[in-house]
Amino acid sequence: MRMFLRGAAMADKLRKPEEMAAVDYHPARHDWMDPSVEYTRGSYCYAAPLKNQEQLQLPNPRQWNPLDADWKLPPDFKQIILSGMKDRLGKYRSWKLFLDICVRCGACADKCHYYIGSGDPKNMPVMRAELLRSVYRRYFTVGGRLFGKLAGARELDERIIKEWYYYFYQCSECRRCSVFCPYGIDTCEITMMGRELLNLLGCSTEWVVSPASNSFRTGNHLGIPPHAMKQSLESAQDDIKSITGIEVNIPINKKGAEILFVTPSADYFASPAWYTLMGYLMLFHEIGLDYTFSTYASEGGDFGLFHSADLAKSLNAKIYAEAERLKVKWILGGECGHMWRVIHQYMDTFNGPPDFLEQPVSPVTGTKFDNTRSTKMVHICEFTADLIHNSKLKLEPGRNDKWKVTYHDSCNPARSMGLLEEPRYIINHICNHFYEMPENTIRERTFCCGSGAGLGSDENMEMRLRGGYPRANAVQYVQEKHGVNVLACICAIDKASFPPLLEYWVPGVETAGIHELLGNALIMRGEKPREADLRGEPLVVNTAPEDSAQDV
Amino acid sequence: MRQVMKIIWPLIAVIAVILIAVVSVVVPASQLVFGVIVPYVAITAFMAGFIYRVVRWANSPVPFNIPTTCGQEASLDWIKSDRIESPASNWGIAGRMAMEILFFRSLFRNSSMEKVDGRRLVYGGNRWLWLGGLAFHWALLIILLRHLRFFTEPVFPPSIWLASLDGIFQLALPTLFITDFIILAAVSYLLIRRLASERIRYISLASDYLALFLILAVAVSGVLMRSFFKVDLVAVKELAVSVITFRPAVPAGIGLPFYIHLLLVCVLIAYFPFSKMMHIAGVLLSPTRNSKNDNRSVRYVNPWDHPVRVHTYAEYEDDFRQPMIKAGIPVDADVSAGSSDGG
Repeated sequence: MRMFLRGAAMADKLRKPEEMAAVDYHPARHDWMDPSVEYTRGSYCYAAPLKNQEQLQLPNPRQWNPLDADWKLPPDFKQIILSGMKDRLGKYRSWKLFLDICVRCGACADKCHYYIGSGDPKNMPVMRAELLRSVYRRYFTVGGRLFGKLAGARELDERIIKEWYYYFYQCSECRRCSVFCPYGIDTCEITMMGRELLNLLGCSTEWVVSPASNSFRTGNHLGIPPHAMKQSLESAQDDIKSITGIEVNIPINKKGAEILFVTPSADYFASPAWYTLMGYLMLFHEIGLDYTFSTYASEGGDFGLFHSADLAKSLNAKIYAEAERLKVKWILGGECGHMWRVIHQYMDTFNGPPDFLEQPVSPVTGTKFDNTRSTKMVHICEFTADLIHNSKLKLEPGRNDKWKVTYHDSCNPARSMGLLEEPRYIINHICNHFYEMPENTIRERTFCCGSGAGLGSDENMEMRLRGGYPRANAVQYVQEKHGVNVLACICAIDKASFPPLLEYWVPGVETAGIHELLGNALIMRGEKPREADLRGEPLVVNTAPEDSAQDV
Repeated sequence: MRQVMKIIWPLIAVIAVILIAVVSVVVPASQLVFGVIVPYVAITAFMAGFIYRVVRWANSPVPFNIPTTCGQEASLDWIKSDRIESPASNWGIAGRMAMEILFFRSLFRNSSMEKVDGRRLVYGGNRWLWLGGLAFHWALLIILLRHLRFFTEPVFPPSIWLASLDGIFQLALPTLFITDFIILAAVSYLLIRRLASERIRYISLASDYLALFLILAVAVSGVLMRSFFKVDLVAVKELAVSVITFRPAVPAGIGLPFYIHLLLVCVLIAYFPFSKMMHIAGVLLSPTRNSKNDNRSVRYVNPWDHPVRVHTYAEYEDDFRQPMIKAGIPVDADVSAGSSDGG
């Protein structure tokens, strides 16, 4: 049931880390206006399967392969792209503005993890945008029409479509460059629009469209049917019982529960996210939370976001719909990155207002979550930090003593929410050894795992490892300096992508969700003396493993 | 080859502008064109173009509230939020925008990545671009305000104060302005940086060089005219005031350096609205900077929102009813009535 290191099998086929790290930052001698792209193994994403394209009723459905010379584009593809651009220029001020005002100062250039990891000059955020801007100039500006190439304008042709597909799927929409841009130009907006345009031609990737299609049909991206989801949760229940002696309750689709809990589906199927799930279940049991899982809204992560605003809205709609059907009062969300981008910045606009819900109030502490009074959805870290602050949890941080912890700010909670202190507050109460990575690599300057925004596919492994290189490098720094051996994070894609990434670049550092560490530290009423942590590994307390039983 | 032409063409264009200005002395009758008509055309183009661009931007709505948060959100009341970098109030936005516009806050964060020992990535502070950019923009602003004394009679007092403050290090006669030095140094730095850095050269367009060459030519011609090739300032002011009061008259004998300076300025401002220099207005409209991080407390409305196809719970239950019942998961349909569908 628990998948582990999906990418590990690929490691032997990959080049050596020293070779991968030897990046040449001298830009190519050829001019960037040449759109030719060489698709190489490990650095691009497969095309979406026909059946998933059809299920989501995507345009121009067909079987195709990015390596083919003929992409089977519609004959009028140029017209489709240009009218698609016109439409979006009228709908998104962000996009229009960001196409116009860049001064090419280059401040963004070395801020992108894909550029740092690959040295490909078209992975500089400014260039990624120029790929679109050049076409925008040619067809939508006077200067571009008059002066053509001299004005940085390019004719739209099939090669440009192939170039876009390559580079808009080498951006994880992490927004790091937008922190440094003097005008706040956000490459995420550029990439989102670039992908929307490609989708108009039916050029989308398997690892975005298949999960989205699964989410559409089964409610979660892994395509888990309701009964299998229940089995999986029961299996977590068994694991918890064997470690704590306590049988936690697992409410599913329970009408009238106070709270609907939505978390990424990887939490109940993939390791190490699985241990985070155990942490949630233990916490909810301990505080006697009246909540429910939903099999229909069983995915927090919204793969539609990596495709188009419409698909994002369609998949996101399930959360409010289910909250209304189950007549809950408010919604609690688990550890996830882009899920929180959608919930914090899009959900209420997409599918609100949720008038049928009440303003979230913690049933344990009575805290009113004033910052969520409209969207009515609280982040689990906000919820747990409030519990700890009000001394509602008995915690034994010594149970995490085998871990020397560092914390990875997941891109979206950091740069699209500002959730910076809550996770640190929790970690400081559940662990004795916490070390921050260098300041240029954390908080709003955090580096992506390299696999966000639908890039986490196995076939894209080389580019993922390259994109994750700056993050891994910062982890290596604290590993060497402080002996850090676990990277805590609050994102399901992190939990899926860090194990192979760290195994490749920084062997000896594991990945854990914050609520896994919380589950270790949480002293539950009536629990048996803990002999193992949530991973089933012997509990080490205060470097005296033989004494572990005394600590409970 | 095109890499070089990106630099050569803008250079030729600026030299051409200078040569065209020579006509003003060769054919004195053309001074009406250079002194009056071209400035009017340029100012009209500037104002109309500027407004057009801003209106075009403003006409596109902001469908989603997408601030880039660079600090702690306002959440639990015992956690200190960052009111400027993650602003939840209008005051916070005002503060964030002021920091951005007056001090180039985001550029101040700039760092440069370096690889040490072939494996360790190190991020060092790199404030040169910030310093160069800030020095250039502030110097330009002060120079513009100083120039008001040519257009106002009686002279707008702050412009005199500014001029005397700016000329505080009076080294020679006439006064050498501090801002003249700063702008020449800063623009030269920005140009040299663009030319010298392989990476920046790669991303640069002809229009990037054109803006720099034009600004540099304007500044150099202004400084030269002031310190080396004297022009009749009384006559210049006479012309400026006549143009600004819509009673244009061209006094004789102003001199070529002035017409070169003026034509360069006219080309610059006429080109302005169609160039990247519009970032001056664009930054104010940038949604990642000027929006509040109050997303979950105040609903944001998308003006073009439309319904999309969704997979409803009822459709979902139809797909999975039998296994759900078998697994003991509650369903909505009345199964006691012996519903036969689903499965």
